[in-house]
Amino acid sequence: MIELVNFVLLGLLAVTALAAIRLHDLFAVTMMFGIYSLLAAVVFVVLDAVDVAFTEAAVGVGISTILMLATIGLVGRQERRPSHRPLLPLAVVIVTGAALVYGTLDMPGFGDPDAPVQRHVAPRYLEQSPEEIGIPNVVTVVLASYRGYDTLGELTVIFTAGVGILALLGLRRRRPSTQPTEQEKT
Amino acid sequence: MNALGLYNYWIVIFLMMTGFYVVIASGNLVKKIIGLNLFQASVFILYISAGKVSGGSAPILREGIESYSNPLPHVLILTAIVVGVATTALGLALVVRIREAYGTAEEDEIHRQDESL
Repeated sequence: MIELVNFVLLGLLAVTALAAIRLHDLFAVTMMFGIYSLLAAVVFVVLDAVDVAFTEAAVGVGISTILMLATIGLVGRQERRPSHRPLLPLAVVIVTGAALVYGTLDMPGFGDPDAPVQRHVAPRYLEQSPEEIGIPNVVTVVLASYRGYDTLGELTVIFTAGVGILALLGLRRRRPSTQPTEQEKT
Repeated sequence: MNALGLYNYWIVIFLMMTGFYVVIASGNLVKKIIGLNLFQASVFILYISAGKVSGGSAPILREGIESYSNPLPHVLILTAIVVGVATTALGLALVVRIREAYGTAEEDEIHRQDESL
């Protein structure tokens, strides 16, 4: 049953991604991205990653979409159609995809309990964390305790990005633009 | 069984390649960043798929559950989602600045202006 739901949801994701390629109105592309993120969040619930689903639904669907809409509001919503057919990018994408598919052929099957990823540190986290930390949600335990330095590094990245955005947009006083933009001309 | 067992990976590769295609084929800087986000979300699905155990349950310890899915990919992807939004915001801020400086967000138009200087 879970496999069937997973099958359908992943198919919908593929359709949404194709629609995002075909559309040229950036508002519509952003909406497609929102749908894509929401579908990804549902896939995460099906695959038992409830914490990730929460975060993806709040951050991926909410904040990212709002940031993109705000940017479209400043930049303009129509993408110019390409003048020639993008054959070279298509070839690059097909070759890369074929190489990646070849790489998956000896990967362990989906849901295999004996896959190498399941036999490394995860059993230790699941078995020892009740005695060592005592919080039932193992994801929280690993995030805040066993791998706390990762989270500190994450905060460093967010801080750096925030400083960068302020440096780009916020702190400098806007000079009055000397030449009119495209929209002002028309 | 094998083709079904690899279905998740193949869809992830398809999604990854659509994101990659948007990044390299589209000339609009905002759409390029959306493509980067599509690519990124597909990587999230790859990791979460790898952490799934058949018959397992969400990794919240409680009575009567035998097998749990792997919590480690979940933690890594939680970090990656938040970092991804930070980098997206920085990229979009750069696009806004480029639009202010050049009056356009189309790549070939920006190149033309650079060459005519």
